[in-house]
Amino acid sequence: MYIDHATELQDLARGAAFLGSGGGGDPYYSLLLAEAALARRGRFELIPLSEVADDALLAPCGWIGAPTVSVEKLPNGGEAVTGLRRLEEIMGKRIDAVLPIEIGGGNGLAPFIAAAELGIPVVDCDGMGRAFPESQMAIFNIRGLSACPSVLTAADGSLSVIETGDNLTHERIARALAVSLGGIAHMVEYPLSGAEAKAHAVPGSVSAAIAVGRAIREARAVGVDPFDALGQALEATGLYPHCLSLFDGKIVDLERETRGGFSVGKVTIDGFGGGGRMEIEFQNENLVAESDGKILAMVPDIITVMDRDTADTITTEKLKYGQRVKVIAAASPAILRDPHALSFVGPRAFGMEFDFAAVETLNLTEKA
Amino acid sequence: MRIGVDVGGTNTDAVLIAERRVVASTKQPTSPDVSTGVTAAIGAILADAGVSAGQVSAVMIGTTHFTNALVERERLDRVGIIRLASPSGEALPPLTGWPEALARQLEGATFLLPGGYEVDGREISALDEGAVRAAALDCRAQGIRSIAVSCAFAPINAAMEDRAAQIIADAHPDASISLSHSVGRLGLIERENGTILNAALATLARHVVTSLERALAQLGITAPLYISQNDGTLISAADAARYPVLTIGSGPTNSMRGAAFLTGVDDGIVMDVGGTTCDIGVLANGYPRESSIAVDIGGVRTNFRMPDILAIGLGGGTRIHVGASGDEVTIGPDSVGFRLTQDACLFGGSTLTASDVAVAAGKADFGDAGRIPSLTPSLKSAILDRIATMLADGIDRMKTQPGDATIIAVGGGHFLIDDDLKGAARVVRPDHASVANAVGAAIAQIGAQAERIVDYDAEPRATALEQMREMLLARVAAAGATPESVEIVDMDEVFLSYLPGRSAQLRMKAVGSLADDMKRADAPLSETPHVY
Repeated sequence: MYIDHATELQDLARGAAFLGSGGGGDPYYSLLLAEAALARRGRFELIPLSEVADDALLAPCGWIGAPTVSVEKLPNGGEAVTGLRRLEEIMGKRIDAVLPIEIGGGNGLAPFIAAAELGIPVVDCDGMGRAFPESQMAIFNIRGLSACPSVLTAADGSLSVIETGDNLTHERIARALAVSLGGIAHMVEYPLSGAEAKAHAVPGSVSAAIAVGRAIREARAVGVDPFDALGQALEATGLYPHCLSLFDGKIVDLERETRGGFSVGKVTIDGFGGGGRMEIEFQNENLVAESDGKILAMVPDIITVMDRDTADTITTEKLKYGQRVKVIAAASPAILRDPHALSFVGPRAFGMEFDFAAVETLNLTEKA
Repeated sequence: MRIGVDVGGTNTDAVLIAERRVVASTKQPTSPDVSTGVTAAIGAILADAGVSAGQVSAVMIGTTHFTNALVERERLDRVGIIRLASPSGEALPPLTGWPEALARQLEGATFLLPGGYEVDGREISALDEGAVRAAALDCRAQGIRSIAVSCAFAPINAAMEDRAAQIIADAHPDASISLSHSVGRLGLIERENGTILNAALATLARHVVTSLERALAQLGITAPLYISQNDGTLISAADAARYPVLTIGSGPTNSMRGAAFLTGVDDGIVMDVGGTTCDIGVLANGYPRESSIAVDIGGVRTNFRMPDILAIGLGGGTRIHVGASGDEVTIGPDSVGFRLTQDACLFGGSTLTASDVAVAAGKADFGDAGRIPSLTPSLKSAILDRIATMLADGIDRMKTQPGDATIIAVGGGHFLIDDDLKGAARVVRPDHASVANAVGAAIAQIGAQAERIVDYDAEPRATALEQMREMLLARVAAAGATPESVEIVDMDEVFLSYLPGRSAQLRMKAVGSLADDMKRADAPLSETPHVY
């Protein structure tokens, strides 16, 4: 399919924000960049994963660093191309297509600038199916692919190639480089073949995000409930087979602190008309949603706090006392839920002391 | 004695306040030139109260004039746009995301120049003074006299913008210079947008402020003139002439602060029932709770702080739809709006409105009750129940404290709010509610805000907080507040996600009272600010 209009990019941004589970940053600036790229290029080609040749070289793209920094230190525009060109030199091969390393948040739109500059398509898939805080949480690491060679580039044109033996070390070096480059940098990592992508990537996540964003937009335009529309659109993708509205209320308390070097916190939401209370723990993304002592959803399932009137996603940085919100949860793609994957992205990987339980199961027992 | 004025699109309201009481108030039509209406309104209250111009200690004006100019896209200057951030940001040039027509109208020339800071304070690149000078000369040659300067991380370090302003002023002495650190918060695109809008208003702002000053002089008033800002605090007339964009959202804030003052309620919920909507806002420490949603002005995204207002579709003119069976009731959301006095049944029209039902139920007394179609008692109570439910739901959505809230009911349709409304501990209906905006302007204080990104591993949190507090207190006092009145009223701390370490975005706001005859414009503010 082709993306011809800014409206479709806006849909993608809206859907990607939802899939970020509260993380990945507000995609607004990424959207402006993609719109500018669309204006230059005319249209983008989004190809299904199944149509990629097995021997094609694919490059996942994304930004690493703090969303709060990225709204001041804006991209130069050359970061992605510089990184991709270097990767081509290293691989001795042309890159055939790009994809987002993570669909959730601003990175869902990251590959479009590269696609515009290089004149190559974006593949309808990603490496996380949502947003995660660290590079080794990508499905490609879970499935044993190497993040390297990876190329980190910054607005000033500086470039670093990372070659490590393992992906955890790669993440540590990349994060440290991002800090020394001013808190935000572009990264091309996990270069992979078409065959590897078909075996491991989260398929259809870009078009799923577009479908979600479109459903919200169209529902708003005709005045029907955007949350119903979101749920139907998401479940129709098959990739996110369950979507539930967990809670409706207003933020009455917000605690933020840093723990183990990461921004963590807890938001408390009171139901309208004395309708119970929900607490959500977050570490960059929303991780666990609990109501009256009972857990209703947990990572890697998606937990997103949205403005209850507009269905705009509120990222964890933007949570504020008094906001009127709905909490929407969605089942993560199945490939993130097998026991091996859960050891990388399940609750215990985030320091929680319980095992994963699926959102649809947790809420089934609630209703019974 | 203070004078507060609210210049709205239709009416110019003025109040005279002495010793915390409204001594006189008036409503006059707004004049196209602003100052004629203001002169008439101030003249009327001085005459009414028998007060001489010399007794006035300060004049505070809130105006929608600049907002209207931006929305109507009239009387705007072409702007020379300078951004100091290159090579960062070249992918998102200024005016990205603007409505095309407005961008074309305002863009004089754009310069992406080296400069800007990193989050840790290093320079992205050094300021190229020659390039800034050349840009200023280029603007001068093209006859562009309004210049907007934005620099990456300027809210944290303003030095590069200040230096650029000196260079521009030397090269182009006629230029009005708008600096982003004076306009907005972190978020370069939104702050730059606000700075460009500000620059576009430069000529109009000078003109309006000058004519207001002349109007006061003609009335014999020598007291200082202040203009209301978006957050309910004041800036001097001279500052407003340079930074008019800071005043464009003052209306709702002044209305809520006026309601707080008139009732003595500092923590509660203001319900302003108009013809079409009921606007609900929360007062905390006498100030409106702020919204976190990006503010769109004339189609341009900005990050100004505005009150968090929930508008529900219920006002005095809201249509009541009764189904064919006679028991199916729908309230609105359509309204007869300003046509209430023609279309509503009690004014001889044929549309059943919320006002008709309220008058029929004896909750209000205006119009001709005899013209209201007879409603069965059960239908009447069904309609009133539905209205009460909508209002109670609105309170429930906005309140963040357990228990019932104090409700301040204002606006022409305040009679729709029952004294025993669910969720209301009590309902207060202030006198002079129709001029709450002008009252809010009159009682305003001096304020200042600051923002930093602090690495607590490098600088202890307590030190950082204290340093910011001291700096703000000094700034508010320097702007004219009595030092002992200055307090921190808001603080916000958000840790940076996706970066290791303990860096936080820290924001603080301080206010203080002017040193005129008002001892304290407000009840005492809480000692400890909220930390979210």
